[in-house]
Amino acid sequence: MYSQGLIGADSQTEETEEFLAAFQQRIDREEKIEPNDPMPAGYRKTLIRQIGQHAHSEIVGMLPEGNWITRAPTLRRKLALLAKVQDEGGHGLYLYSAAETLGVSREQMTEELLSGKAKYSSIFNYPTPTWADMGAIGWLVDGAAIMNQVPLCRCSFGPYARAMVRVCKEESFHQRQGYELMSALANGAPEQMQMAQDALDRWWWPSLMMFGPSDSDSAHSDQNMKWKIKRFSNDELRQKFIDATVPQAEHIGLKMPDPDLKWNPEKNKGQGGYDFGEIDWSEFWRVVKGGGPMNRDRIAARTKAWEDGAWVRKAALAHAEKRRQRQETSKEAAE
Amino acid sequence: MSNQHMPLWEVFIRPRNGLDHKHAGSIHASDSEMALQAARDVYTRREEGNSIWVVRSSDIVASDPDKASENFDPAGDKVYRHPSFYDIPDEVGHM
Repeated sequence: MYSQGLIGADSQTEETEEFLAAFQQRIDREEKIEPNDPMPAGYRKTLIRQIGQHAHSEIVGMLPEGNWITRAPTLRRKLALLAKVQDEGGHGLYLYSAAETLGVSREQMTEELLSGKAKYSSIFNYPTPTWADMGAIGWLVDGAAIMNQVPLCRCSFGPYARAMVRVCKEESFHQRQGYELMSALANGAPEQMQMAQDALDRWWWPSLMMFGPSDSDSAHSDQNMKWKIKRFSNDELRQKFIDATVPQAEHIGLKMPDPDLKWNPEKNKGQGGYDFGEIDWSEFWRVVKGGGPMNRDRIAARTKAWEDGAWVRKAALAHAEKRRQRQETSKEAAE
Repeated sequence: MSNQHMPLWEVFIRPRNGLDHKHAGSIHASDSEMALQAARDVYTRREEGNSIWVVRSSDIVASDPDKASENFDPAGDKVYRHPSFYDIPDEVGHM
């Protein structure tokens, strides 16, 4: 399950000050906003975009791992991977259904994904060339996603918060199976250890980018915090993720690919935390805007799935319509 | 791309016997049979329930949220609706 800091948010709105103030008071009282409640246009728009991006990320997120299902090394690993990918499909559907309560249709969201208008988490535009990537994705990518998603369970918009509760319950197995897989490789033959380290080297920085741009560069972050769509800033969540993950890597003897990574006892108000190196944001924006190694493949795969399924959707609708007509005729005959 | 929209269904799940069906989310499907199947796949992968209801979203009639304050007035002035409004002698005990 995957989310990322909202890309290209536009939370502007044009309502009267009284309306906006009354809405803000509801939020401040921790009241949940439900689909038919009055809400500022900017709030609705931001949520449609964020939940949509989140849903798309789940759906596209099935692809890098789907790549390895047929080649999983044991039946145990294969079952775990199958279940994880199925969960991601389910998570995408929970989220689409939450977005639809705001008045956007599933078809519209699908079209926006396929046309490139809607974004999804940039992490899925990286390739998965080795089996160790399955471990790195579960451990790091799902780990980062959990950091993001746990606070979303308290999001001010009811349907999104409820979907996130369901997702978070199912998520923890994803991260644990990934770490276990990495741990098995790291404790294996030297070649396996090397494979695990190589996967960590490739996934570490993109995982840190999943939290989105730094707070100072995230223009709409403030408004989303005020509306309690998000509860923690991108930088806070990133720091929490790093502090949680570095000891996990050390425990299995892997080395973080960051020469500037250093424990700083002063950080986090004296609780301590890790200082880390500069993130290459030009890479992040390049990948988000379509220049990642796998962007074209991912959209091509989704487009193919959508087009190949067209006849099934058409046939199912035709069948339902025919049955409805038959039922009506038999009802009329009986009257 | 097909422009015809798949109907939307609301999904209700009963976690176990003795409890009410509770709204879980929604699903798209062409008919009730497909809707039940999709609801099972999406919403009950981990023993979430033993019974599912699906109902077309368009068939749900909802109260107007703008009228919530008048419809669901807390009736704070109607104290006689509460048991503590009535005096019962202590000697009678719990009632």
